[in-house]
Amino acid sequence: MQTLFCQPAASPSLFSAEGFVGLIFLLTITIVIFGAAIATTSKRLVRCVAGLAVAFTGVAGVYYFLLSPFVAMMQMLIYVGAVSILIAFAVMMASPESHKGTYRGGVLAGPIGFSTGVIFFAALSILGLKTEWQAFPRQETGSIEHVGMAFLTTYSLVFELISIVLLLAIIGALVLARRGRSRV
Amino acid sequence: MDTSIWRPILYLIGVMAFAGVNAAWLGWCERKGAGHIQRRIGPKEVGPYGLLQPLADGIKLMTKQLLVPQGVDGILFRVAPVLAMIPAITSMVAIPFSATFHARPIELSVLLIFALASIGMMAILLGGWASNNKYSLISAARSVSQNVAYEIPMLITVITIVMLSGSMNLEEIALQQKGGFWNWYIFPIAGQSIAQAIIMPVSFLIFFTCSVAETNRAPFDMAEAESELIAGHMTEYGSMGFGLFMMGEYLNIVVGACLTAILFFGGWDSPLPFIPSGVLWFVLKIYLLIFTFIWIRWTYPRTQIYKLLNLSWKILIPFSLAILLLTAVFIKIEGILI
Repeated sequence: MQTLFCQPAASPSLFSAEGFVGLIFLLTITIVIFGAAIATTSKRLVRCVAGLAVAFTGVAGVYYFLLSPFVAMMQMLIYVGAVSILIAFAVMMASPESHKGTYRGGVLAGPIGFSTGVIFFAALSILGLKTEWQAFPRQETGSIEHVGMAFLTTYSLVFELISIVLLLAIIGALVLARRGRSRV
Repeated sequence: MDTSIWRPILYLIGVMAFAGVNAAWLGWCERKGAGHIQRRIGPKEVGPYGLLQPLADGIKLMTKQLLVPQGVDGILFRVAPVLAMIPAITSMVAIPFSATFHARPIELSVLLIFALASIGMMAILLGGWASNNKYSLISAARSVSQNVAYEIPMLITVITIVMLSGSMNLEEIALQQKGGFWNWYIFPIAGQSIAQAIIMPVSFLIFFTCSVAETNRAPFDMAEAESELIAGHMTEYGSMGFGLFMMGEYLNIVVGACLTAILFFGGWDSPLPFIPSGVLWFVLKIYLLIFTFIWIRWTYPRTQIYKLLNLSWKILIPFSLAILLLTAVFIKIEGILI
């Protein structure tokens, strides 16, 4: 992505290799934005979940574009296959009737959300424009060995912290489920 | 290695033809198998031995009206059957049929197949939910909880295989088992390692149970329990919408059988070293496994949903985790000894 922006102004032809790669990149980005738009604007919760799954798929495409197929496939497996399914499941559990909709929030929700969005966008834009981007040389092949080595050496603390978060989530689920079905 | 783009494209066309033929004629196989297991004949009128029955069924399904009932979520209702079919066909591309008969070497083909299989679950969920029918909704909820429960032991079992073989490439995994049936990962005698000799049959049982459950087949077909839920997520679908769901189901069986054959039965390897290996062995193995799927379906009655979930969470997951741990320990011990 950075290398694309660093190239000189003359944009490559569509039928050259770079042009085709750029087209694929635009396609994945379009999928992400399309899915995100559905997820945020749709009136029905089912469609929101479906849009979220589409956005996750697009993000997997971006990972693949960044030459890490392992991360891309894990993204598909975990985010499309587990996270969005679990979200859908939670929505189903929460209210069994078939007509589920999203509703307008309170009076404050709009302005606060909008200003948060503007601030976030501005911050990211400033960051993106001020930073001296330089194309990193590709460090590893992104294979499982390298990912595993990195997890257990350089990033072992982060890795352990993530597992603690997951453990807490499991304990929380158990605490919630311990009350049994009769009292819910 | 030939890296031309045409090879994958041609292979994709061939695989799609293979998938279509399988999806159609496995229906015939299933009806014939069911018939003979229940002391009936099965389809016999259309063509010799009823062999043209799938064509007749296909024509019937395609000429029927594609009905979208009132009150359904139009887009998702139409998308769901297609979504059931796409991952099943696409994951066929990752499967190597023999040492030379594959689209292109994919380094992470095991992972690719599981990543695609996770989309197939979305199809049942969306189809069931978009149908605006309480049977469909219950079916979707059941199917999702079942798939989530059975994906975990299945993936853990696959991780043990990946640990043993040191590769996520299906071709590499199959190549490591070549040279006779005693080298296959399933067989406890004279295996390549102690770990494999002791625990792989259990591992195979877990994997096969999970693949039956993942493909929503009886005795685990809670999603379309016809005595309780009419046809589950397919209740509101007629014509080719239903047809695509059915074809997706059969293709998932084919993919499951291919995976089992490669992971546990040596892929295209012949059982005895002096018989040449080849794609025929692979096809023979997958059809034997598919026959086992059909055999199980028409032999065992359907379980109940809570028994099904208990089986996964209380038996399969602990066992598969123990197997994973044991395999790691054995591999470590062997590493020290050798």
